[in-house]
Amino acid sequence: MANERPKADVVIVGLGWAGSVMAEELTRAGLNVVAIERGAWRDTSTDFPPAVDPDELRWHTRRELLQPMSVETTTFRNKTGQQAAPVRNWNAFQFGWNVGGAGTHWAGMSWRFLPWDFQVATQTAERYGQERLDSLMAEGLQLQDWGVTYDEMAPYYDRFERIAGTSGKAGNLNGQKIKGGNVFEGPRDREYPTPQLKDTNWMSMYRDTTEGMGYNPFTIPAGNISQAYVNPLGVTMGPCTYCGFCDFHGCGNFSKSSPQACILPALMRRSNFTVLTETEVLHAVKHEDGKTVKGVKFVTRDGEEGFQPADVVCITAYQMDNVRLMLLSGIGEQYDPATQQGTIGRNYSYQTCSSVTGFFSGAKMNPFIGGGALGVQIDDFNGDNFDHSELDFIGGAGIMGYSTNGRPIANMNGIRPGNKRWGSEWKEAYARDYQEVANIFCQGTSMPTRDAYLSLDPTYTDRHGQPLLRLTFDWNRNDTSMIDYTTKKAVEIMREAGGEDIMVDNQAEASWNPYKQHSSHTIGGLVMGSNPATSALNPYLQSWDCHNVFSVGASAFPNNGGYNPTLTVGALAVRAARAIHETYINNPGPLVEA
Amino acid sequence: MNRREALFSLGSMAAAGGLASRAGAAELKGFPKQTAMSADHLPTPARSGGGFQVLKSETDQKTVKAVFDRLIPADDFGPSASEAGCLEFLDDQLSGDYGAGKALYLEAPLSPENEEEIMGAPQFLSTPRERYETGLKALEAYAQDTDGAAFHALSPDRIDEILTGLEAGEIDLGEGVNGQAFFELMLQNAREGYLADPLYGGNRDMAGWKMIGFPGARYDYRPYVDRRNEDLGLTPVSLIPND
Repeated sequence: MANERPKADVVIVGLGWAGSVMAEELTRAGLNVVAIERGAWRDTSTDFPPAVDPDELRWHTRRELLQPMSVETTTFRNKTGQQAAPVRNWNAFQFGWNVGGAGTHWAGMSWRFLPWDFQVATQTAERYGQERLDSLMAEGLQLQDWGVTYDEMAPYYDRFERIAGTSGKAGNLNGQKIKGGNVFEGPRDREYPTPQLKDTNWMSMYRDTTEGMGYNPFTIPAGNISQAYVNPLGVTMGPCTYCGFCDFHGCGNFSKSSPQACILPALMRRSNFTVLTETEVLHAVKHEDGKTVKGVKFVTRDGEEGFQPADVVCITAYQMDNVRLMLLSGIGEQYDPATQQGTIGRNYSYQTCSSVTGFFSGAKMNPFIGGGALGVQIDDFNGDNFDHSELDFIGGAGIMGYSTNGRPIANMNGIRPGNKRWGSEWKEAYARDYQEVANIFCQGTSMPTRDAYLSLDPTYTDRHGQPLLRLTFDWNRNDTSMIDYTTKKAVEIMREAGGEDIMVDNQAEASWNPYKQHSSHTIGGLVMGSNPATSALNPYLQSWDCHNVFSVGASAFPNNGGYNPTLTVGALAVRAARAIHETYINNPGPLVEA
Repeated sequence: MNRREALFSLGSMAAAGGLASRAGAAELKGFPKQTAMSADHLPTPARSGGGFQVLKSETDQKTVKAVFDRLIPADDFGPSASEAGCLEFLDDQLSGDYGAGKALYLEAPLSPENEEEIMGAPQFLSTPRERYETGLKALEAYAQDTDGAAFHALSPDRIDEILTGLEAGEIDLGEGVNGQAFFELMLQNAREGYLADPLYGGNRDMAGWKMIGFPGARYDYRPYVDRRNEDLGLTPVSLIPND
C-alpha cells in the first residue's frame, strides 16, 4: 500500500486516558508503540494556561475542546422501527478532540466501581434468588457479569490512582471500615495518593445534613489534586486552586488528572513511542484468514491515506468510536436485538440521573469556588448497598451535593421556579438566586436491555464518507423505578438541609434524547465477559474474534455503575496492557479459550 | 562528562553551528515558536470599531436591539443588553465559527418533524447566521402585518407580548422560521453577551458579573474556600485589562 509506515509492535488508536495508560505500560516494557490520534497536540502552557483557561464562553458554551459534530456525530432513535436522526448540535455527548482525549476536559470524579457492579447477575441471584434474576431477564434486562471481580481489579485501580494523582479518603482499608470515607467501597490496600479536597459552604451543609439523617457522607474522590504530589512516572502536579473552570476546560495549574499532566511528560520522552496527530484511523485491516489484523488504515489532515502495520492493535477511542471501529473493520458480528445473536453493539447503556435544586434565602453559597470533582456524596442508596427485597428494581444512585462551578452562562436558568427567564424579572431573580441556589445530583446505575444497542447508520456518513454510528436506546422500567426512588431520597435531603422552592429534574421521566440529558457517560456496546456468545471481549479486553485486537473504554462495561466511568477505564487499560506485554507478545493467541 | 569537557563540547557546538553572534548573546525577537500559544487557542477578542459585519441592515440592527433590550432591559440591576455591548457581541459571534455553524452536523437529509419528535427539539440545516437573517426579517414582517409598524417602533409592552407568544410557540413567523426556536436562540445569545468575558464585546464594565456577584477570571480561591456564608467582596477580573 502507498504510504505504508514501518511496522510497530503495537498501534494505539486514540490517545486519551486509555491509550496513554496503555502506551506508557507497553513502551516501559520495551515495545515499539505508535499512537494515532485524530485531534491535535494540546498542552498546558500552549493551549490552556491561566491567560485563556477561565473563559466560559469559549470552553463551556462553545465547547472548543470537544470534538465537533461536523467531524463525526451519532444518529439516534428510541426504538427499532423509527428513522434515526443525526445529533446535529451540542448535546450530552462530550467526545475528546486532542491528544489527551476527553481526559483533558473531564471533571475528574475518580471512582472505583462497587464489587456488586462487576457481578450484577451473580450477586442478584445470590442475594435475592434465581427467580428474581430470571424475572428481570424476562422483563428484557440483559444482565451478565464482567468476567473480572473487584478484587481482581483492585491492583489496577491502585496503579491508575497513583498515576492520575487521585485525592480522597479511604472508607475501607483492607476490610476495615473508616468513618469519613466511603464505607461502602470495596477494600483498598492503602490510602489515596493525597488527602480529600476541602468542603465549600454547600458541601459542609450537605455533609452535616446527611450525617444528621444517619447516612454516611464522604468527599468524592477527585482527579483534582489536593496538595503537591509526584506520581510514579516522576511527574509533579500542582495543588487545585478551586478555580471553578474545570470540566469542559483544560487545567492551567497541572492540578487536574489528565494525560497531559500525568503521563505525556514521561511518555513523550521515550524513543520507542511515536504519535501521529490530526490523523484519523478509518478501520483495521484483517489478514486473509480473518483471525488477526495486520494494522490500521488511516487518513491524515490533508486527506492522504496511509497504512500502519502492527502486531497488536489497541482500539482506545471514546466508547462510541470503539464500537464503530470494530464494525467498520468487520471484526465480530453485529448484535441483532430480534435474535440476540452477535456481540458488537450489544449491552448499550447510559447513566440514569436526576437533579434536585433548592434555594436558601439570604445565603452566600459563593458557587464560583469550585472544582470538577468537588462534592460530598452518600452511597447509602447506590448499587446494592441497601436491601432491595421489597423494592421493584435493582441498582441505585450516588447522591451528591456538589460545588463544581459558578459559571454565569451555564447557571443562568438556576432561578426560583415561577420566574421568567428574561426581562427585569430574570435579572432580579438571577441577582438574588445566583448566591442562594444549591444542587443535589443523583448519578444512577443503568442496566442493559435486549432492545438497546449500537449499529451503523444506513443513511448518514461522516466527513470521510464512513457510516455514522446509530444508537437505539430508551429508559427501561427497572432504571426509571430506581431513579424515582433515589430522587425522593434526594428531595428529603434537600428539604432537611433547609432548601425551599425545590425543583426536580428527573431525566428519566420522559423518553431519552441526547439534548435533555446531562451525563456524558455512555456505556457498553463492546463488552467484556467470560462468554463469547454474550461478550465481544474476553476478561483481558481482547477480541474473541481477532486475537491481536484489544479494546479499552467504557464500551467494555456490560452495565453502568452509579459512578463516573474514567477510573474504571484507566484500571482496565492497565490490566489489558499488562496482559499484552507480560503474556500475549511472547505467545500470541487467545488469552482465554473460548 | 566533567565540567571542563562540557564547556569544550558547548564551545564546539557553537563553532560548528556558526550561528553564535560575535557578542555571544542569544537574540530573540517575538516569542520562541516552540513555547508560543497554539495559534488556534489564542484568544480572539471581539473586533472593535469598523461597524457591524453580519447585521449590516439598519432595520435588522434596530429589530435585534428592540428584542435584546426587552430580554435584558436597563433597570436597578444593571444596564440593558445593548448598553452592555450585546449587539456587538452578537455580530462578532455571528461573523465567526459560531455563526457559520462550523461545529454542527449539517448534512442532508433533514426530516424536520421526525427529528423534532425524536430529539425533543427542532434541528436545522441552517447556520445561526442564516437563522438570524431569516428570523429578523420575519419579525419585521410580522410587526408590519399585525401592527402596521416597524418592529422597533412597537411599545415595550407590545414587544413583550410578541416575545411571550414566541416563547410559548403561539406565534407563527411564517414558512422557514421556527418562531419558538428563534426566540430561544436570541435569548441564549443575549444572555451570553451579558455574562461572557468582556473580551467578546459584551458584559461591558463587567455589568453582568456585578449583577450576580461573579468574580470572573480569577484562578485561585484557596484563601476563601473555608469561609462560610460570607459576602467575599471580590472585585471581578476579566481576561482583558480594565483600563
